[in-house]
Amino acid sequence: MARKISMKQAINEALDLEMTRDPSVVVMGEDIVGGTGSPGEDDAWGGVLGVTKGLYAKHGDRLMDTPLSESAYVGAAIGAATCGLRPVAELMFIDFMGVCFDQIFNQAAKFRYMFGGKAETPVVIRAMVGAGFRAAAQHSQMLTPVFTHIPGVKVVCPSNAYDAKGLLIQSIRDNDPVIFCEHKNLYGLECDVPAESYAIPFGEANVLRDGGDVTIVSYGLTVHRAMEAAEALARDRVEAEVVDLRTLSPIDWDTIIDSVERTGRLVVVDEAHPRCSIASDVAAFVGQNAFGALKAGVQMVTAPHVPVPFSPVLEDLYIPNAPSIAEAARRTLSPTGTSPRSIAA
Amino acid sequence: MQNERIKPIVMPKWGLSMSEGKITGWLKQPGSTIAVGDDLLEVETDKITNVVEAGEAGTLRRVLAEPGNVYPVKALIAVLADPDVPETEVDAFVAGYAVPKGDDGAEAEAAPRYLFTETPAGTLRYAKRGDGGPTVLLVHGFGGDLDNWLFTIDALAEGATVYALDLPGHGQSTKAVADPTLAGLSAALRGFMDTVGIGPAHLVGHSMGGAVSMRTALDAPDRVASLSLIASAGLGPEINHAYIQGFIAATGRRDLKPVLETLFADPGLVSRQMTEDVLKYKRLDGVDGALRALSAALFDGGAQAGVLHGAVAAAGKPTLVVWGGQDRIIPAAHATALGSNARAEVIPNAGHMVQMEAAGTVNALLKEHIGVR
Amino acid sequence: MTDDLASQGPFPLSRDDLLKAYRIMRTIREFEERLHIDFAKGDIPGFVHLYAGEEASAAGIMMHLKDSDRIASTHRGHGHCIAKGVDVHEMMAEIYGRSTGACRGKGGSMHIADLSKGMMGANGILGAGAPLACGAALAAKVRGDGGVGISFVGDGASNQGTFLESLNLAAVWNLPAIFVVENNGYAESTSRNWAVAVDSYIDRASGFGLPGVTVDGTDFFAVYEAAGEIIRRAREGGGPALLECNMVRFFGHFEGDAQTYRAKGEVEAIRASRDCIRMFAERVIEAGVVSRAELEAIDKEATELIEDAVRSAKAAPLPGPADLLTDVYVSY
Repeated sequence: MARKISMKQAINEALDLEMTRDPSVVVMGEDIVGGTGSPGEDDAWGGVLGVTKGLYAKHGDRLMDTPLSESAYVGAAIGAATCGLRPVAELMFIDFMGVCFDQIFNQAAKFRYMFGGKAETPVVIRAMVGAGFRAAAQHSQMLTPVFTHIPGVKVVCPSNAYDAKGLLIQSIRDNDPVIFCEHKNLYGLECDVPAESYAIPFGEANVLRDGGDVTIVSYGLTVHRAMEAAEALARDRVEAEVVDLRTLSPIDWDTIIDSVERTGRLVVVDEAHPRCSIASDVAAFVGQNAFGALKAGVQMVTAPHVPVPFSPVLEDLYIPNAPSIAEAARRTLSPTGTSPRSIAA
Repeated sequence: MQNERIKPIVMPKWGLSMSEGKITGWLKQPGSTIAVGDDLLEVETDKITNVVEAGEAGTLRRVLAEPGNVYPVKALIAVLADPDVPETEVDAFVAGYAVPKGDDGAEAEAAPRYLFTETPAGTLRYAKRGDGGPTVLLVHGFGGDLDNWLFTIDALAEGATVYALDLPGHGQSTKAVADPTLAGLSAALRGFMDTVGIGPAHLVGHSMGGAVSMRTALDAPDRVASLSLIASAGLGPEINHAYIQGFIAATGRRDLKPVLETLFADPGLVSRQMTEDVLKYKRLDGVDGALRALSAALFDGGAQAGVLHGAVAAAGKPTLVVWGGQDRIIPAAHATALGSNARAEVIPNAGHMVQMEAAGTVNALLKEHIGVR
Repeated sequence: MTDDLASQGPFPLSRDDLLKAYRIMRTIREFEERLHIDFAKGDIPGFVHLYAGEEASAAGIMMHLKDSDRIASTHRGHGHCIAKGVDVHEMMAEIYGRSTGACRGKGGSMHIADLSKGMMGANGILGAGAPLACGAALAAKVRGDGGVGISFVGDGASNQGTFLESLNLAAVWNLPAIFVVENNGYAESTSRNWAVAVDSYIDRASGFGLPGVTVDGTDFFAVYEAAGEIIRRAREGGGPALLECNMVRFFGHFEGDAQTYRAKGEVEAIRASRDCIRMFAERVIEAGVVSRAELEAIDKEATELIEDAVRSAKAAPLPGPADLLTDVYVSY
């Protein structure tokens, strides 16, 4: 039965359903129970933003608060994954990967290859991504490209509650390490979500809007900005096809190429910095594999090559917005199809 | 403002969840003379594109909705009037037109779109529309759900009490299929009728649902007032096994869309949203197992296990058989399997989902057969 | 595995287990001595870190473990692999980069692993194994199967944040985790006495709230007894502990290391006075539990085993071009 729930509730529900289904699923992280050992309530927080609230009451010790010690507990989750558990470790903010990155990219990502295909590491590392939370440079980054670069891990970034639930369930059931990126500014967004369990396969982009004039590819929060831009373009009789990548590794090249072959124009929207980003990756792939179909240069709409600023006026400028996406789409429709050199370069 | 000679044409509401529609094109020009049943325009919903037929006659005096634009359900999109109605009156009608309110809101409050009931076969979802008149029960096919009756349920509900359910393993009903045979599905159907309190009903079955309806007419004849079999299974051994296997195997939009296209004479009717809705169903835990169990029990090796037309012919229930002439799932030749024991109608330019693709014609046949006034 | 009833003479191990321990140590020594020679000849790609001189630590600890117990090893991992039961032929083939190797030629010396034997991998990142061993211990604890996770670090990696964080995590979660510091006195070329600010790892352990024990890591029996107590305690839910094995490294940090940072005559002296295998042999022969001839027979078998492993590794096929792209994901 479908009902409207928020992305935060959808993630909670996915964890709950998988913990119920599979006793090898354990969940750990800083404050994910909240208050362990403190004099007040047992599960005071349920995660710093309440995403895991209520799970401790149902699943008890399979939810584990950790010391502030990302290397140790992320590494423990990875080690436990090679020993038959299916741990979900919450890295709170993805910015904190700096203190535990070795465990992710040198350990989890490499075990299978390094050990000749003899290891499975079914670990999920959940982390909040993205700007717009007035949380400044060390709590707001979109570091998806960093993980996407690394063979051996999968990277997921849902744009809505339905996808978040199905992709998280797939992440937990998946036998490879998964970095599950949750945009904190989408937590409150509601949509229809079935109460039952379901898994969305990786590598299947979602086409949110059909259109024959220009393809807009994005993921996460900026999917919604892209949809706003598409509505604005439609008022001018420009029909944009909007592709939500859902997973960045693996990525659904076929859907991107199919769409570009029909529209001949591509705008890639990425909340990450421009260099070596998902945007530049998609642009390069299309340039190499569908050059003949392109009627204009590929446009990238990204955050600038600066850290995430604090002051709201600056942060709002930082995040790609609908007018800039629509403007990029119009550039692909202009006779020259080129853009002025941007601060991106 | 009331003017009996001026008639609004509004954005239709098809099915239970439609809230808006996009005009894809007008099939009649302003000034055309319109007869009841004429194709007026095409509307695309998030489910499917369909033709809007004229419900009343007149001259098409105003076309207000532009192709490419989206309008809410019940929005005024065109005006019919007799030729001698002055232009000023037509303009005044348009200017003063107010979208009817109240009844729709109250109806939405009083009757939720979907209901759920606990039956011996598990939790089943259903919809109930209309009140009074004959009781009709709509039974979808393999992999389908009650939304397959998108264009049927409200049309019949104008003069009947109409139920549509999701069979076990389907839609939003329980995904456990305790007994995946026709007898098992029929037992689940009767359990549903018992739980909801549905007396003898006119069963309208599509595809596998037709075979389930036939099985029910044989196993519990007192529960079945008549049979309407639409592109029905159970009337011969042949079935497109590649479709069944492809439907089960598809995990993504790109695999599934071509499979769904075989359901229609016009593959263009398979929208992105229709594909996505089927995918959302197929992703649910338990669906894959249910579909595989049903396929193994009903279509093993590519032949229908339950061929019932001999017994059904003998049972003597009033029976209507409707088929799409371009059905690529079950051959239209099966339409005449019941011989003189049924009325058989084959609609040329429609495929397996004939009740969607030729909704107006199918609805008219159903109304006539069931006696919906 | 030994219980007291089966022990022999003055030793807490049965005669069979004494012979088994000797065979493990001897096999490690032969393996490493042979690599030392063949590396110098240029037969082996990359670089190798040899465990010779440290065998009593691996054998003394691993004699207590089952395949279901997990260890996370270091860059100097050959000894841990052999003691944990990884196939010597597969190890040698791996070091030679062959497709028959333990990791099909994709890992090499620093990444030999065999999860079916509880060997979670040698590790090129120093200190990285400690969190992983915590994970193994967590899995054992969640399952309640009485298993343990053991992390090995050298004195160098004992300064890594991962190691220190893991001590705390294991203590906070009361994990059946054991942290073995194999203190051979050198972090690559840097002296332990300079780089570690505490004199005793017991102090470091107690700083994190867990017990620590220091033993002479060249004394097999000292390691065996201390490890046995710590492991038993962990299996019974008593929590983590740290074991420091003070030991000696016969070769350089890696092969080709001229070891100019060591004192003149240091290596010769430790080979003469602190050879853990010779000390073991003398004690068991002196006690009359095992004969010299029996040990010499094992020596001969170890030599033959390694010779055969080298011969078959050199003859084994190299990975093919298609192998470049496989084994990245279970599914992608």
